[in-house]
Amino acid sequence: MAHAGLPDAGRLIPPRPALAAKARLRYDRTSGGYMLLYPERGLALNPTAASILKLCKGELTVDGIVERLQREYVDRPSPELRQDVVDFLEEMARRGLLVEGT
Amino acid sequence: MSGSAAPRPYTLVAELTYACPLHCVYCSNPLDFARRHDALDTDDWRRVLREAEELGVVQVNLTGGEPLLRPDLEGIVEEARSLDLYTNLITSGIPLERERLERLGRAGLDNVQVSFQDPRAAESDRIAGHPSFDHKLQVARWVKELGLPLTVNTVLHRENLERIGEVIALAEELRADRLELANTQYLGWAFRNRAALLPTADQLQRARSLAAAARKRLEGRMEVVFVVPDYYVEFPPACMDGWGRRFMVVSPDGLLLPCLLAHTLPGLSFGNVRERSVQELWTSSPGLAAFRGEAWMPEPCKSCERRTVDFGGCRCQAYFLTGNAAVTDPACSLSPHHALIEAARVQAADPPAELVRFSYRTARPPSDPSL
Repeated sequence: MAHAGLPDAGRLIPPRPALAAKARLRYDRTSGGYMLLYPERGLALNPTAASILKLCKGELTVDGIVERLQREYVDRPSPELRQDVVDFLEEMARRGLLVEGT
Repeated sequence: MSGSAAPRPYTLVAELTYACPLHCVYCSNPLDFARRHDALDTDDWRRVLREAEELGVVQVNLTGGEPLLRPDLEGIVEEARSLDLYTNLITSGIPLERERLERLGRAGLDNVQVSFQDPRAAESDRIAGHPSFDHKLQVARWVKELGLPLTVNTVLHRENLERIGEVIALAEELRADRLELANTQYLGWAFRNRAALLPTADQLQRARSLAAAARKRLEGRMEVVFVVPDYYVEFPPACMDGWGRRFMVVSPDGLLLPCLLAHTLPGLSFGNVRERSVQELWTSSPGLAAFRGEAWMPEPCKSCERRTVDFGGCRCQAYFLTGNAAVTDPACSLSPHHALIEAARVQAADPPAELVRFSYRTARPPSDPSL
């Protein structure tokens, strides 16, 4: 990721991210994975991405999300996992798919 | 599904009716829409949604014509919601009262897309051929007040491209979640009105820059989508993501189609969802098989490395411009018919002195026999 580690990495991510109203997670029984649906678009999520978005309920901070994920991905070094979470959430935020939890 | 069978569809475009209070000069409905009748009742549409979902569809666009003209729209939305389909209502906002929008929201709409023909009332009403702008504003505000996501859609052409900044400002004022700045594509009614609608390259370039700046400025708040007209590209986009590939359209008369105008192409037969299941039609309709994959492709597509990127472009555009749906899309700079596109660009840059009149979408059958 070009911007990884730069000061503004993650600048668009709300403090306690929640899925925007226009976005919806949907279990896809054809693939056995999750899809993120929003107007005229759909993203097939890998298992990590799906786990991250399921934690975006406006309650946890990015650090909180990383901490929770770490229980699932015990073998992943924490800084690496954090970077993945930040990169992914930044991309979601850039697409307008995250809002601050209420 | 067997080996060479149809790919998985993701989106169903449900054209609930061709009826519409508006008469937009670039309407994407067929020119002969008035001869085609709404053939599907509520139960038919519910079944179409179920069968499409079983086949893999995850999104449904409820459109028309004007879908609000169907009194059973609430029931159709409810069925879509019960199937967990992402449900987008694509509407002019006419006719709609707040109470009904609230009911539709409760029934399970995920997004509402409201069209504005122009950021200025008089111009919007002129393009729509119907006084509608003020009510559209009201509808867009209700959408947000009711907590529903809002897409603002404006179709662009030479008369309103200069006002793209005002369109963006309008969408911001309405707190739209998504702004679709979709240039006219020159098929159907828009093809008839091409001389009056096709912009110049300069107009398009300026509008594109403004849209790009807005996209950057609004990043994270409003998704800004700018769709270029095929007449100004070097290579055509993948029309409908490829024929019979990811999108299925069910027309008001019940045909299962790969796009909005495929049933107006001669020599293709598409089955009807009243007689066959969606799955059977998707996998074995001869009309869908005709341009699926690469086997149909002529040169220069056949040996082109972009053939799996753009799938040969738009079949309807090939037909409208050359009379043959099975040739490379003339929008492609490699097409032997590309001069037709270049000639249209030249005409747009240097239009005839006399006033070009609009042909409004009306029920009167078009007189031009070539269409």
